[in-house]
Amino acid sequence: MAQHSRKGAKFQAVTASLLVEGLVVYLTANGDWSESLQDAAVAEGKEEGDALLARADAAVASNLVVEPYLFEVEPVEGGINASSVREQIRKAGPTVRLDLGKQAELG
Amino acid sequence: MYRYDEFDHELVHERVAQFRDQVGRRLKGELTEDEFKPLRLMNGLYLQLHAYMLRVAIPYGTLSSRQLHKLAEIGRVYDKGYGHFTTRQNLQFNWPKLKDVPDLLADLATVEMHAIQTSGNCIRNVTSDQYAGVAQDEIEDPRIISEVIRQWSTFHPEFSYLPRKFKIAVCATPDDRAAIRVHDIGIQVVRNASGEVGYEIYVGGGLGRTPMIGKKLNDFVPKADILAYLESVMRVYNMHGRRDNMYKARIKILVHEIGAEEMRRQVDAEFAEVKKAGHLELPMAELERIQAYFAAPEYETLPEVSPEFEAAKKADKDFANWVRANTAPHRVPGYAIVNISLKPNGGTPGDCSSDQMDVVADAAEKYSLGEIRVTHEQNLTLANVKQSDLHALYQMLEANGLGTSNIGLITDQIACPGLDYCALANARSIPIAQQISERFQDLERQHHIGELKINTSGCINACGHHHVGHIGILGVDKKGVEYYQVTLGGAADQQTAVGDIVGPAFTEGEIVDAIETIVETYIDLRKDGERFIDTYRRVGVDPFKETLYATH
Repeated sequence: MAQHSRKGAKFQAVTASLLVEGLVVYLTANGDWSESLQDAAVAEGKEEGDALLARADAAVASNLVVEPYLFEVEPVEGGINASSVREQIRKAGPTVRLDLGKQAELG
Repeated sequence: MYRYDEFDHELVHERVAQFRDQVGRRLKGELTEDEFKPLRLMNGLYLQLHAYMLRVAIPYGTLSSRQLHKLAEIGRVYDKGYGHFTTRQNLQFNWPKLKDVPDLLADLATVEMHAIQTSGNCIRNVTSDQYAGVAQDEIEDPRIISEVIRQWSTFHPEFSYLPRKFKIAVCATPDDRAAIRVHDIGIQVVRNASGEVGYEIYVGGGLGRTPMIGKKLNDFVPKADILAYLESVMRVYNMHGRRDNMYKARIKILVHEIGAEEMRRQVDAEFAEVKKAGHLELPMAELERIQAYFAAPEYETLPEVSPEFEAAKKADKDFANWVRANTAPHRVPGYAIVNISLKPNGGTPGDCSSDQMDVVADAAEKYSLGEIRVTHEQNLTLANVKQSDLHALYQMLEANGLGTSNIGLITDQIACPGLDYCALANARSIPIAQQISERFQDLERQHHIGELKINTSGCINACGHHHVGHIGILGVDKKGVEYYQVTLGGAADQQTAVGDIVGPAFTEGEIVDAIETIVETYIDLRKDGERFIDTYRRVGVDPFKETLYATH
């Protein structure tokens, strides 16, 4: 699996794609999956990160999501943000079509 | 154009049924993702950044009006009202849902279309010249042999699990519009001294992380032997291609490592064996059957110059500009080849809305014998338009955002989907192309600059053909931030060249200024009649380095 986090990343969250729709989702603290990054559970440090990723296994096994992975996030005022441009685009939608993706659907 | 026979129909319908079953089993959990992924890829279905992406095959870039209308409808029903034409002359839908894909493929099959061989380590959809059949200096319609190759390669059991993907392009004019020298196999249709038509074969070209220009392996393969020869090349590759390292698995690496001479020796030895077996001689009756589908239409006898066309050019300056950039000479007097730009000012190269697809399909029906071609430069071509119809066609296109007059000019750029859509990308491509388009939008300035091809890729896989752009832009990721590396002097035509890296990469904020500096440097240096690429070939990279890095 491709690496989408940084070695030594302090805060991480888990993302995946919904099997049926292919849409981007995030693992929440209670083990559900949300389309909003703001609902994502944030793990601090490597150990917590690995444990969070392991919690995605059940959803993979039940064919709810595919290809879960950790990515780096950072706390910002009122929530969290993805650190890399790639994950910022995944959480919002194409930067060239602001009428599409989560940026349009989630407001 | 070519119509399916009963075998094609059966094959495509069987594949739809098979994939419907596979999707059903995946959704029920009977197949794991690891088991399912290769199956969906064999049907052109990728999982991208925001959603699934389906790549639809458009064999040698030729579509009927009926097919384009169907693609428009699919865009509305299963996607978000648009599609993206690619550098492989295919169409990608960016938002289909897995559960809908079997129905989508069934709808495609109603117009003899599919997504087979658009992914995976097989012989991919064959690409060719968008001016096929109508170019003035063409030896023979390249789609005839392209169709032969399509039939031979489709589900060919020996070549379904190659070391890596395999791309074949065909061109039949001295001007190469199909970029044949950057394909795994490039085929140039030629005529020998005795007047027979045959094929010059280039092998081992490609872009990606190790760009290579194809080596000429054979000056003349007779028609009857073409499949035997191609099969021989494939066998040598299948035997010796590197399966241990995907970055070294393409045939270009094999040809580079053993050399063209050794490759030729091995192919010739294999060819002798294949010939001895005698099974692969191209049946001339079948060739003639296929050829009949590409026979020239009944053209009207028209005057060389159409008075109403000349009058319209005088009366409508925008139309005259469009004619200047977007039309090309047709081999039949009174007709023209029309290029429809999918590069509007500030737009996404290659994107086309469903409504626009319908407009183009209607325009083709009305003015160009119901046929459309997709170009590898991400535009569309109507190949058979009467000069006297050009003004009406222009007005129809212009009214629907399809009248941009920039073919071959600096704003007619190639760009891959990049990080806005693609899971492999490291940086965005489309916004860079858009910013360049906006910076150079003045048409007078574009004509002053002249022919200039800017190609942008969002990663080293080079779907945006950056290596062969006169100016190439490669997006790279440096610790999560996008940077853009510039190459100069690339070309994909009969003088194919891989561009030279000019120096350290630029930030997103700097890249458009850097492109403008390159363009201004060229204008200062150029001699009469020189295009950008001519000047670059004369002066080399140094003057550009100096102006670029002196100002940064």
